[in-house]
Amino acid sequence: MLSLRPMAALLALALMPAIAGAADEVSALRAELQALKNEYGARVDALEARIQQLEAAPAMPPSAPPPDTPAQKSSGGASAFNPAISLILGGSYTSTSRDPADWNIAGFPPSGGEVGPGERSFSLGESELTFAANIDPYFSGVLTAAITGDNEIEVEEAFVRTTALPDGFTGKVGRFFSGFGYLNEIHAHAWDFVDQPLAYQAMFGGQSRQDGVQLKWLAPTDLFIELGAEAGNSGYPATRDGSNGLDAATLFAHLGGDVGDNTSWRAGLSWIDSKAQDRAGGIADAFGTALFDSFTGNAHTWVVDGVLKWAPSPRRQLKVQGEYLHREESGEIADSLRVLLADDYRSTRSGWYLQSVYQFTPRWRMGARYDSLDSGTPHYTLAPDGLLSASPDRVSLMLDWNPSEFSRLRAQYDWDDARDDGDTDRILRLQYLYGIGAHGAHKY
Amino acid sequence: MKNSLRLLVLLMVAGVLPAQAALKVLATTPDWGALTTELGGERVNVYVATTALQDVHRVEAKPSLVARARSADLVVATGAELEVGWLPVLIQESGNSRIQPGAVGYFEAASALRLLEVPSKLDRAMGDIHPQGNPHVQLDPHNIAAVAHALTAKLSALEPAQAAYYAARAQAFDARWAEAMHRWETRAAPLKGVSVVIMHRDQAYLCHWLGLNEVASIEPKPGVPPTASYLGQLVTKLAGTPPKLILLNAYNDAKPAKWLSERVHAPAVVLPFSVGGSPEAKDLFGLFDDTVNKLLAAQ
Repeated sequence: MLSLRPMAALLALALMPAIAGAADEVSALRAELQALKNEYGARVDALEARIQQLEAAPAMPPSAPPPDTPAQKSSGGASAFNPAISLILGGSYTSTSRDPADWNIAGFPPSGGEVGPGERSFSLGESELTFAANIDPYFSGVLTAAITGDNEIEVEEAFVRTTALPDGFTGKVGRFFSGFGYLNEIHAHAWDFVDQPLAYQAMFGGQSRQDGVQLKWLAPTDLFIELGAEAGNSGYPATRDGSNGLDAATLFAHLGGDVGDNTSWRAGLSWIDSKAQDRAGGIADAFGTALFDSFTGNAHTWVVDGVLKWAPSPRRQLKVQGEYLHREESGEIADSLRVLLADDYRSTRSGWYLQSVYQFTPRWRMGARYDSLDSGTPHYTLAPDGLLSASPDRVSLMLDWNPSEFSRLRAQYDWDDARDDGDTDRILRLQYLYGIGAHGAHKY
Repeated sequence: MKNSLRLLVLLMVAGVLPAQAALKVLATTPDWGALTTELGGERVNVYVATTALQDVHRVEAKPSLVARARSADLVVATGAELEVGWLPVLIQESGNSRIQPGAVGYFEAASALRLLEVPSKLDRAMGDIHPQGNPHVQLDPHNIAAVAHALTAKLSALEPAQAAYYAARAQAFDARWAEAMHRWETRAAPLKGVSVVIMHRDQAYLCHWLGLNEVASIEPKPGVPPTASYLGQLVTKLAGTPPKLILLNAYNDAKPAKWLSERVHAPAVVLPFSVGGSPEAKDLFGLFDDTVNKLLAAQ
């Protein structure tokens, strides 16, 4: 039993190559080894081999990183702390069977924003420029600016995020895509179709940005449970009212997990409270006569979202996602001369989409999406009789080819009944998306 | 009321105790998971983010992983941008300050290694290259030994009171590993200089370790799948000097390798690549046993 001690000493020495350089010690060890060899046969052979290897190859000092790692090689000086920069180049060719200028979503007030099929023929999409870096041990910052085809620069997101809050909390301040639903936080270049579902276009002008604060909390459980709250000012359906108060508040909860090795899912429920003051844009009756021109009041929106991904092999994946948006608005409506028409206006509108994308080889994906909206009919004193509700819908098919992680070419064909007038708009879009610069990491 | 309060406190204590009992570790690959288990024993509770049948370049920051990152005391990653497409998001979304890069609960295996194939020029026209060098380090057992040292230091830093425990386990592992390496290297000696066609750069460390002579790659450039015409050229190129083996990993698409195998009359060997990549590769020892066995059986 005692003879194990020199063994242990040997092992300890073998573990510390930093001192293995002392050649005389190694030779002393070799002598001891020789003595032990008779006793331990094969095991000692292995140890000797290890010592020889340490002698012969001092090239791998395990406890210290190599002196010339590329991270340290990178250009020093003022540029050493440059943020990660990435740029997305995108554009499309669009062909529509109807004039895109009269595109609208029947029964829904105009939401502004980037809605509709866009311009016919070739057009440059948004060039999305992102800068991101840690600020200090407590915060990181991100700026995403979109340079539009109309030569404007738009701040998509510009926020600071905490990195050191305890207990699963993360805070954000600045402008950011609101965390409700599934698609709202996802940048345009990562969408599975050229455009957003009609429900997002009708209810949030495509995507809802918040200028304000967000606090998220992740539960310390194996099941993914995330709760979030936001307060600030956002776009449609809210408007800035010029007061010191806020015009939008959002609450959301997401759950998620795995089923086996190949399937993952996430589901969520969100609630958005928006305030509008003299929000321009009303709806028209069946004859095209405007019922009102502006709205002042509250909008309460519920969003139910779900996504499921199934990856039977590293080269194939099926993704199914859907969301249901439901909005109730109540308040006052006025005509174009700001004359109050009713103070008991109420409307209920809803919309949903269901889409599925299948990656059938590493480079090819195909997808289908169905959009459906229900405008309901507004209720208010003196509302005209016989108002009809509109039910716009759309079917989209998509095929994309991804030569690498950084490039994508896509074709999408829509049968678009957003106008709900019985005349389907057939839309073909060919889109390209390329990314250069820092390797982006995508959200789920 | 008092009783139920006492019960609640008891339950809370009981709930907290196991959490303190073991370090929660989130390992990005099965190999780092297996190594952490070897070194940490019962003091670590390891969750592995991926399986050997996944392509670790193309993993998603799925909710279950975010949830594991939230409560992890330690993230064990490869580094060198192998996990760049998903780990940063995971850490960002986790709301866990202990595992942020630079914090004590973040470990990169590559930090303990000298990587092969550090590109002298960075251009994505060259394919899926990693600026810090080839990150697929696990198929050289010397790398495993070096990472084991660094990881032991990390575990001891996280639990200074348990340093002796970790040191003892590290010693035991190191001895077993040295012995096993000797065994593998002795057995694999006949493989030295054997010409092989590889699938992707993720077999580079295996070739380097065993002295396999890599004559061609099925991927024309890293991460770029082969076209029919490229494979045709490859057959012509290899006609004069046919390789002895074609290597591919459990997670790879076997089709191009099988196709090439029939034309150049060399067997395509499916290697486990990671712990769990074959029934025999149950742990790190099994991974190398099986890799060496499969290579010897095929050549």
